[in-house]
Amino acid sequence: MNFLDQLLSHAPALLVAIPLLGAFLTPLIGRVNDKLRNIFVIGILGFTGILVILLAQQIFASGPITYVFGSLDPYVGKETVIRILFEIDALSIFMAMIAIVLSFSAALYSWAYMEKNTGLDKYYSLLLLLTVGMLGMVLTGDMFNFFVFLEITSIASCALIAFYINKVKSVEAGFKYIVVSTIGALFVLMAIALLYGQYDALNIAKLADSITFSFVDKIALVLLIAALAMKGGIVPMHMWLPDAYSRAPASVSLILIGTTQAGLYGVFRVLFTLYGNVITLPTISMGWALVILGLLTMLVGVIMALIQIDFKRLIAYGAIAELGYMFLGVGTCLTILANPDITLAQAPFAFEALKGGLFHVFNDALDVGLLFMVAGAVYYATKETSLNRLGGLARNMKYTTIFFIIGLLAISGIPPMNGFASKLLIYESTYQLNPILSIIAILSSIMLLAIFIKVFHAAFLGPKLPQFDTVKEVPRSMLLAMGFIAAFIIIFGLFPDLIVNTIVDPAANALIDNAGYMRWLIGG
Amino acid sequence: MNGMTKIVKTIAGISFPFIVIYGLYVIAHGHLTPGGGFQGGAVVASGLALILVAYGSKWAATKIKEHDLSLLESVGAIGFITVAFFGILFGGVFFSNFIVGTDLLFGGIPLAGAADINTGGTLPLMNFAVGLKVIAGLFGIVFIMALAISKKEESA
Repeated sequence: MNFLDQLLSHAPALLVAIPLLGAFLTPLIGRVNDKLRNIFVIGILGFTGILVILLAQQIFASGPITYVFGSLDPYVGKETVIRILFEIDALSIFMAMIAIVLSFSAALYSWAYMEKNTGLDKYYSLLLLLTVGMLGMVLTGDMFNFFVFLEITSIASCALIAFYINKVKSVEAGFKYIVVSTIGALFVLMAIALLYGQYDALNIAKLADSITFSFVDKIALVLLIAALAMKGGIVPMHMWLPDAYSRAPASVSLILIGTTQAGLYGVFRVLFTLYGNVITLPTISMGWALVILGLLTMLVGVIMALIQIDFKRLIAYGAIAELGYMFLGVGTCLTILANPDITLAQAPFAFEALKGGLFHVFNDALDVGLLFMVAGAVYYATKETSLNRLGGLARNMKYTTIFFIIGLLAISGIPPMNGFASKLLIYESTYQLNPILSIIAILSSIMLLAIFIKVFHAAFLGPKLPQFDTVKEVPRSMLLAMGFIAAFIIIFGLFPDLIVNTIVDPAANALIDNAGYMRWLIGG
Repeated sequence: MNGMTKIVKTIAGISFPFIVIYGLYVIAHGHLTPGGGFQGGAVVASGLALILVAYGSKWAATKIKEHDLSLLESVGAIGFITVAFFGILFGGVFFSNFIVGTDLLFGGIPLAGAADINTGGTLPLMNFAVGLKVIAGLFGIVFIMALAISKKEESA
């Protein structure tokens, strides 16, 4: 076995272990030299990214991989699955790709954006730890392990949100976030305890195999969905999100998108896999619950975004609205999946909706990420976030303006950007479930366009303002990070079928293929 | 923050070694008895916090720097993950317990009832690493808070 095979066979563990090692080495390297530390962090994330791509190729070719920690065999005795294991299917690796793209560009962006701040050793350590948490959440195959990684993300992101400790509002946002997410994490822990008490297992596949949907399971389901949807910023549990996104440094907002989506991944995994065997029972109508939450999220998001005057806060509400589309798409699929009278083959639109929802997870990460980076760039250049006082920036910051236009078109679903591809999938498929759903979705998109056109006009167009006379284009590292994401947006927008067929379709298949997730358990 | 009275200092001085020894005992027996690196580390850190409160943060600041504590913390974490990485090299899997069952230190297999400390493989090593991290981290937090209070008192 050569080195590459060796590396690949351990890649699931290395994906988490390498950023973790990097996180603790960062303060030591930071003592030597600041530039060296930045290169080290970017290098670590780049290497992790390469591992993700290599692993993704293998998974798309040959199905889910399990990696057992501490031993080659997950079993102790014949029955008990006691060891912690990572179970990586196409959906997990899909989410891991999103996480690594976001954290890589955040590290790139931070080079110039955070340069003038102190405490950067800790900042980069936490940034890597946050990446570890996100990757762990999406890769793990063990409920308790999931909880541990959830806590790692909560603590790391709380510290990062409150990074500007001299600003009262940042600290307030960080405090709000830690209170909300700790309560959420306790919900998750409680639910895991309920499941563990009944089935004597923590492994997701094992639990999914033995779940019976008793009364206690229903309580556990509600606790899990409520807590994870809250981590995902779904209305009405979104109150922490605008504060956290808008008060954190822009590079941190970028990664926070990844953590909210790891929360959404938790929702999908719980519904489709953990409760996958019992989802067809008539007592459960989680699909419609997701659809309604999605609609609510979209509407509240856009309406609140309309009245904002703070640049980053407005984008944060836009991000909430985008989250609704994912719930709408995935919920539509779940309504059909949970309906015992109709199979998935009879309603092909359900699978399309699922694909649209999952594709939108990636697209949303890119679009909102790009917009946050633009807002950060505007703040970096002008030290101003209020839209009332900004204006005429297009004259001095032409690249940033171009990136904003790309982000604006993408988030409001205008061709040829990526948002169009996934939103069209969602519109077409939800229309067949109920026309009102897609009408509301289209309406929200139009409102998003209107809102961001307003922002574009307020911040970039108009005459040159005297106080911004000396404003210069932002440094190269920030432009590079924005360009990196913008390139993804354009490629995804121009070749949507390629992306859907190569990465989204396997991910959607993996989500509904419950037997595939449990194959190692039944075969082993 | 200034030191407290001579009575407190003396009693803190007497009880300090016992607290530390107990904490180290909990860390070292982590693989055999309840407790482990985190719990023992917390005990040791509380002993250090006792000394800090009794003698005052100004005195403590002459003995140790916050910088060194964060270095120790990193070393603890790196030690932990390095042992896990050695699992790939020697045991074939990440976190593999490659020492247990060999003639090396801690190579024995712990049996029910017989509490031999020379057992457990990588577990005691990982407990030591976690213990170091928790001692440095927890004491570091208390220490920084004490320094912040003394700065506030000075400015007041």
